[in-house]
Amino acid sequence: MTLLGDFALWAAMLIGLWTAAMAFFGPWQSRPALATSVTRGAHAACLALLVAAVALWRGLFTHDFNIEYVAAYTARNLPDYYLVTAFWAGQKGSLLFWAVVLSIFGALAQLLTPSRHRNLLPHVAGVTSVVLAFFVGVMLFGDGANPFERLPFTPPDGRGLNPQLQNPGMIAHPPTLYLGYISITIPFAFAIAALLARRLDTGWIIAMRKWALASWLFLSIGITIGMWWAYVELGWGGVWAWDPVENASLHPWLTLTAFLHSVMIQEKRGMLKRWNVALVIGTFLLSIFGTFITRSGVIASVHSFTQSDVGYFFLAFLCVTAIASFTLLYTRWPSLAPEAQLESMLSREGAFLYNNLALVGIAFSVLWGTLFPILSEAVRGTKMTVGPAFFNRVNVPLGLFLLLLTGIGPLIAWRKASVANLRRQFIAPTVGGLVTLVAMLALGMRAFYPLVSLSLAGFVTVTVIQEFTRGVRARMRLHAEHVALALVHLVGRNRRRYGGYVVHIGIVLYFVAFTGMAFRTEKTVELAPLESSTIRSPYGHTYTLTHQGVSQYAALNRHVSAATLDVARDGVRIGSIKSEKRQHVDSFGNPTFEPSTEVGIRSDLREDLYVVFSGTPDGTERAQYKIVVNPLVSWFWIGGVVLVIGGLLTMWPGGPQIRVARRIVPQAGYAVPLATVAK
Amino acid sequence: MTDRRGFLRGALRALPFAVAVGPLGAQLPAASPDTLQADLLRDPSLLGRLRDPASAYDNDPVVISIERRLRCTCGCTLDIYTCRTTDFSCTFSPALHREVITMVKSGLTPEDIVAALVAREGPAMLMAPPARGFNLAGYLVPGLVMASGALGLAAWLSRRRLAVATAVPGMCPPVPPSPSVPDANQMERLRRALDDVES
Repeated sequence: MTLLGDFALWAAMLIGLWTAAMAFFGPWQSRPALATSVTRGAHAACLALLVAAVALWRGLFTHDFNIEYVAAYTARNLPDYYLVTAFWAGQKGSLLFWAVVLSIFGALAQLLTPSRHRNLLPHVAGVTSVVLAFFVGVMLFGDGANPFERLPFTPPDGRGLNPQLQNPGMIAHPPTLYLGYISITIPFAFAIAALLARRLDTGWIIAMRKWALASWLFLSIGITIGMWWAYVELGWGGVWAWDPVENASLHPWLTLTAFLHSVMIQEKRGMLKRWNVALVIGTFLLSIFGTFITRSGVIASVHSFTQSDVGYFFLAFLCVTAIASFTLLYTRWPSLAPEAQLESMLSREGAFLYNNLALVGIAFSVLWGTLFPILSEAVRGTKMTVGPAFFNRVNVPLGLFLLLLTGIGPLIAWRKASVANLRRQFIAPTVGGLVTLVAMLALGMRAFYPLVSLSLAGFVTVTVIQEFTRGVRARMRLHAEHVALALVHLVGRNRRRYGGYVVHIGIVLYFVAFTGMAFRTEKTVELAPLESSTIRSPYGHTYTLTHQGVSQYAALNRHVSAATLDVARDGVRIGSIKSEKRQHVDSFGNPTFEPSTEVGIRSDLREDLYVVFSGTPDGTERAQYKIVVNPLVSWFWIGGVVLVIGGLLTMWPGGPQIRVARRIVPQAGYAVPLATVAK
Repeated sequence: MTDRRGFLRGALRALPFAVAVGPLGAQLPAASPDTLQADLLRDPSLLGRLRDPASAYDNDPVVISIERRLRCTCGCTLDIYTCRTTDFSCTFSPALHREVITMVKSGLTPEDIVAALVAREGPAMLMAPPARGFNLAGYLVPGLVMASGALGLAAWLSRRRLAVATAVPGMCPPVPPSPSVPDANQMERLRRALDDVES
């Protein structure tokens, strides 16, 4: 099977190169058969890579430890579902996963694009094929990057999967994040195709809009599940550490969010065409940059793959793509002139511009902080890393400004807002924000940023409620509909707008959850059996945790040491909580990794009680614990679900066609009535 | 999965403990009402390295604040406090923690302790680099770029508005105020406009 896999990789690369060459240099405009060949090339490459994927999965499931990748990431006693996820657990497999998914997306883009945008498809196939050929080329020519590489001997068992990857979050987190990264290639391909074909009307935007939404949704899901995984698996009790690899996933999400807002201005008013193309190109480059960071080891990260020379491939690809893309954009600059002018800074367009400024500003500051170690090493010879304090200092104010704009944007009219419009729209949300502020002050909150954050959350929430209420009322009045039917029709007829509002509520919940993290309390304790410790919640009640002892037992592929605590809140027992140390072993009982920790969490909507069994000082049941009270953490996960619902609503197929507004371009000079000349 | 043979093997391994610890446990004084005797674990090595005994300094705000400013030298990118309470296999952060406690006990101020450790390990140990020299760029550049972007946007917008205003004087005549009660014709126009907006 490895031979077949290798062959499939070579076939995919050669097909990719052929497709790209024909798409960019072939005379397909005059030969329809050649155009068909180009689009079919995308399907053929997909088929070849699916064969390669099956070959690798077969090796994983049959425990073919002669394959280096199988021996490095699996063991005979690894549960079957982790044999599936081992596919993307390491550098080589994840490269193949990337290539397979990209080839599927490339083929789907050819199949699903409506016929009115067919003229862009050969170029789209060309771009996706170049990217695909690059990824397959990295596997074939990169040092130690081929997933089908064989060992000179066959070990009796594999090393097994890293314990931290043996978590349900790791089943979903990497694939969804990869899906997000990879699907960005399709909007990028449409942008480049539009530039190459000089079809720079709104057609390419409409053709790729759902792909951009899908990328954004996958990235959002991937980032959220990654936060959940870090929270339940890493044991530090937080969800975001500003690690370079975490930051790398945030960059394209931020620029893609900016694009999804600014593209509305292009659709409605024919403005920001250059900016939108630049954002799509930038987003793609940032996704490649993230891959470079993760795989090069150039910046230290707890999430990086092993350092290898494939990073240089990505750096070269990044530079070449950036130069080629922006040069192409420059040559098409005059064709991307705006069709209308901004009439007022106090307008929906203006709010979206500020929103873009904030999002791109945050993306830049995160990128700057991520790259600062490299810059400081280049300039001063010392690798200075900026930690969470830096990122929080810079990004918290920007994030709050963005939250404010999330509330303001939907309230302002397109073109130009009048004072009456502003007064009518802003009264209820402002009151909502102020009521929240007063309530928080009355509850004793005094910290500045949490107060601002929660007040703005109140402001945005009332904005969204107001938008829904007004829309439903208008429908009830105009169409004499019942409230529920009016709501369904309102959302159904404009899924994009109201799905977007639901997404805004999801974002508000993220902000609320992040605000809660500012009030976390934690302590380290050492307890003998039946000894207790207390920790005070920010809400005022006290938890009493009583150590019950440590039990040791064998499980499927590990030895478990489980420490249990009885939990009482204000003296009333509410249950128990268990945290484990796990020593993973291979099928011969030999330890495979350092002992790992499984945290214990008792969660409700207000707060999480988070317990980590750190170990023992003397080999007895005397146990050390890290105990954390984390307020509002559940709202991250609820916000994630709301955000996904909103995203799905936005991109759900069907519904009315998007109509691009007919724009009236202001004309210089005076209008002179022409006399009709009789023939 | 634990099969019968594995179970018996485990029981055999536990037997010496049972023989040795069982009578020992019987000779130990009875546990206090609040705690029980902390019995030996069957296999302490399954928990990794033994931990240092906990002390009041583990939760001391001064110690924690110092440790949060300093990076662990194991290469994990975490600060000493987070590393010592998270990565339980790291041996660097517990050693640094002990060092910090010793310095606090000796009466050194937090600034002295940070300075002493940075002098030994180098400035890369700081979680946030001091705001001087090239490091200033780290703090200032994002703000400067944002401010430049905002200024550039404002200048571009005002130039555009000026261009539109001078190029099309009187292009947009003032809209007369609409009557407070819309007539049927206006309602129909509103209905069409709403349909247009909703689609």
